[in-house]
Amino acid sequence: MSPPPPSASAEQRSPLRRSPALRTGLSIAGAISLYGVSFGALSTAAGMTLWQTVALSALLFSGASQFAFIGILASGGTGAAALGASTLLSGRNTIYAVQMKALLNPKGLSRLAAAQITIDESAAVAMSATDPLEQRRGFWGAGIACYLFWNLATVLGALLGDVIADPEALGLDGAVVAAFLGLLWPRLKSLDSWALAVLAALITTLTMPMLAPGIPVLAAAVLAVVWGLASRGGRS
Amino acid sequence: MSLWLWVLAACAAVYATKLLGYLVPQDWLRHPAVGRISAMLTIGLLAALVAMNTFSAEQGVAIDARLGALLAAAVALMLRAPFIVVVLIGAAAAAGIRALG
Repeated sequence: MSPPPPSASAEQRSPLRRSPALRTGLSIAGAISLYGVSFGALSTAAGMTLWQTVALSALLFSGASQFAFIGILASGGTGAAALGASTLLSGRNTIYAVQMKALLNPKGLSRLAAAQITIDESAAVAMSATDPLEQRRGFWGAGIACYLFWNLATVLGALLGDVIADPEALGLDGAVVAAFLGLLWPRLKSLDSWALAVLAALITTLTMPMLAPGIPVLAAAVLAVVWGLASRGGRS
Repeated sequence: MSLWLWVLAACAAVYATKLLGYLVPQDWLRHPAVGRISAMLTIGLLAALVAMNTFSAEQGVAIDARLGALLAAAVALMLRAPFIVVVLIGAAAAAGIRALG
């Protein structure tokens, strides 16, 4: 899958403000942003300073890894354990990065920036789009919007505590579930793709009680690679 | 002070996991199998993210209002609702189920 560079006519055909992937990216950034408030509040409650909390959101920038880092410290774990868990949890970002390199192949400084904003949300929006231009807009749009919203929300939460009502009472966890299903949906066009999706979801769910958080996604990735190799062999 | 060291070390380690994927040689990505695997990975990863966000809990797995959000979102998608509407319906379903107790 090495798409040709987007042509000038594609740019004219769909102006940036009408880009579906950009809109999708902004919606998903909105859905996750209040969790940043929770993170800021929990992080300071766990004994981190304001600047340490800000550093985690600005420099580490991977929600699950950040929550794991402060969660382990809050429950009396060592700094080394917190570092290990947050790094392990970020293993799926490596897979996303390979996917993003195949789709977008950013170079030089933009590669360094792309790496920083390679997270669940930006990768999911880019993967969900089929047009190369939309993939690029989706990745950068979702990534930058998530980065800005998440960091603003973190500062807010760290300074003010959990001022905003529990994100779960507002149904924001449901919004995140719906957003990822909405990104998967256009890809479910054949019986084959449905079968793979159901199996991947099943493996993820079944391994969640056994594996560290975030690792089940890697188990699903292994399944998908095997599936890709097998179905290629079967059809060629 | 030593907490700062762990914070910065974690930031560096996580950034390394992200950058690592971009350092895969371009030649590897040109292999014909890569396109096929990439398409399957997209479906597998997105499905895994759906499952993780629906069922994850502090202790393994839980079935709660998020499953209602998933089903409501699926119905909205079958009715060809736009993405933002699907997201809002997911939020409304989860909040509604919790409010009803």
